[in-house]
Amino acid sequence: MPKSLFEKVWDAHAVRTLANGQTQLLIGTHLIHEVTSPQAFGMMRDLGLKVAMPHRTFATVDHIVPTDQLVEPYSDPLAQAMMDELRKNCRDFGITFFDRATGKQGIVHIVGPEQGITQPGTTIACGDSHTSTHGAFGAIAFGIGTTQIRDVLATQTMALGRLKVRRINVTGKLRPGVYAKDVILHIIRVLGVNGGTGFAYEYGGEVFDRMTMEERMTVCNMSIEGGARAGYVNPDETTFAYLKGRPYSPKGAAWEAAVAQWKAVASDAGCHYDDVVNIAAADIAPTVTWGINPGQGIAINETIPDPAKATAVDEKASIEEALAYMKLKPGAPIKGTKIDVAFVGSCTNGRLSDFQEVAKFVQGKKVAKGVKAIAVPGSQIVALQCEKLGLDKILSEAGFEWRAAGCSMCLAMNPDKLVGDQLCASSSNRNFKGRQGSPTGRTILMSPLMVAAAAVTGTVADAREVFAVNNN
Amino acid sequence: MSLAKITSLTGRGVFVPGNDIDTDRIIPARFMKCVTFDGLGEFLFHDVRKDPATGQTTDHPLNDARFKGATILLSGANFGCGSSREHAPQAIQKYGFKAVVAEGFAEIFFGNCTTLGIPCAVASREDIARIAAAIGQNPQTEIVVDVAKQEIRFGGQTVKAAVRDSARDALVNGRWDAIGELLEGAAAVKSTAAKLPYLAA
Ligand code: SF4
Repeated sequence: MPKSLFEKVWDAHAVRTLANGQTQLLIGTHLIHEVTSPQAFGMMRDLGLKVAMPHRTFATVDHIVPTDQLVEPYSDPLAQAMMDELRKNCRDFGITFFDRATGKQGIVHIVGPEQGITQPGTTIACGDSHTSTHGAFGAIAFGIGTTQIRDVLATQTMALGRLKVRRINVTGKLRPGVYAKDVILHIIRVLGVNGGTGFAYEYGGEVFDRMTMEERMTVCNMSIEGGARAGYVNPDETTFAYLKGRPYSPKGAAWEAAVAQWKAVASDAGCHYDDVVNIAAADIAPTVTWGINPGQGIAINETIPDPAKATAVDEKASIEEALAYMKLKPGAPIKGTKIDVAFVGSCTNGRLSDFQEVAKFVQGKKVAKGVKAIAVPGSQIVALQCEKLGLDKILSEAGFEWRAAGCSMCLAMNPDKLVGDQLCASSSNRNFKGRQGSPTGRTILMSPLMVAAAAVTGTVADAREVFAVNNN
Repeated sequence: MSLAKITSLTGRGVFVPGNDIDTDRIIPARFMKCVTFDGLGEFLFHDVRKDPATGQTTDHPLNDARFKGATILLSGANFGCGSSREHAPQAIQKYGFKAVVAEGFAEIFFGNCTTLGIPCAVASREDIARIAAAIGQNPQTEIVVDVAKQEIRFGGQTVKAAVRDSARDALVNGRWDAIGELLEGAAAVKSTAAKLPYLAA
């Protein structure tokens, strides 16, 4: 019987069926960070439990680290307390911690792949919803809550119901100026923010075959924004080439054996999918959000939805709510909307290629007057790669602030925050109300290049026009 | 570890209308800088309960004195979407809620709630509106969320309220916190791990 990658990985990691019918699933790799783990370690101590596989548990710090302050103690005592707590927990329980002093610190979803910890055919859990990112390697990766973090720490397993699998084919060729971010914003727009409930998304088709690992990560990262618990791409030569030589990748004879296993774990031709969705690459345009969830997106040349034209039951109310919050006019073009802040970074788009792309186009240009633009590498290693290439200088000369690695303005847990009702052109993944730190702050999600275009024009703009893009 | 068998919960309700109420709305991220969950309840729905511009309390249902002490939270579709952080269900629990009734729940949120022993029951929009109307008229209306029977009883009416099989079984049989059962599987975990090359080493 041909099987999908999901089925193969699930079956290989299924320990047993629990009394409630869920599966006790072995988690091969457990990634932790400072926000969601301290309470789990507290529970471990209360119950007198030990970490089952400390050598399969890796920690980093990302959400709370200030990106403009490297010296401790941090000016925010709560951030310092969380840092100290993580250090102590890693020490007490014998866990590898990619602390800032190691030069390997960064956003957990960037660090795992970068270190070669994220591998095909494995199961990964992390107390963060964007754990789906790791699926880019053909891993089944779940975002989990704190009590489950405790379960994984204590037993290296968790209780979970089997997911269905939806294959999403994106066929043909992306048009110039259309990026991985546009692909996933388009998919979520089409399938809805909860269209993925109960599913793992398997992404495939020519567009994915051609994508780099960094692009695949951008797409898988936002699976959760479409309601899917996990998202993945079958491993192929692109995957193996990326992993070769990374610190935690298998070496020597073990490498050959691993590649053979990784090849075998990919979905078999003719395997069963619970659902199949086909999307034509040609239909995807540079996409931006106009509302307060990632499914509320439109192509850059479309107009902002009009609640009066809503057809579905809830659509009218939800458009009205979103427009009231976003202070946008129905029926107006989104293009030309004035922005206050431009943010390039996050686990969605904070990798080397993202900064390369932005630098390539903003070189010799200037961030528009009155716009605060920040570029925040997703990890210390990304920062170093960029600096070696001089991207930091290009970006700084253009008027971007070049920061230290962290989650930064993706969410409101460090000093990088919107103020008042500032509008931010953001390469991150969530445009929820208040997400970027001000209860009235507004977010428009887009690709890094579109953020660059917004930064230099001071408005939501079509990067293809601003930069005369021709990336194909 | 013996856990309470959660077969049914009785209390007063409060209706927080809206669809797609996300975890950042439930507990804004800036309140998650903490190393324990204690005290999170106070910040539940913070940014919609206090006008961000004026700092004044809004007319959010949780600010309405008539619903003070409610233990059953009612809402719309796709409740709890967004983050996997347990801070949201923890804030709901620490505030004093014992059950959530909605038209639907985001996956991770649902799982997190169940693990904390908070039943998430799915009811139809019409039925939720009926319950909301009843508590709007009389906030003292006693609501019974019957997990075992998958129904909600209030003011002499009974409506359907589905609780997914695995969650219902876990709640009703006092197995909602999986840790005990997971620990019992230690030997089986070892043998499963031994078969996986990346874990065998
Ligand atoms: S960058 Fe944003 S989405 Fe990614 S892990 Fe950090 S806070 Fe979460």
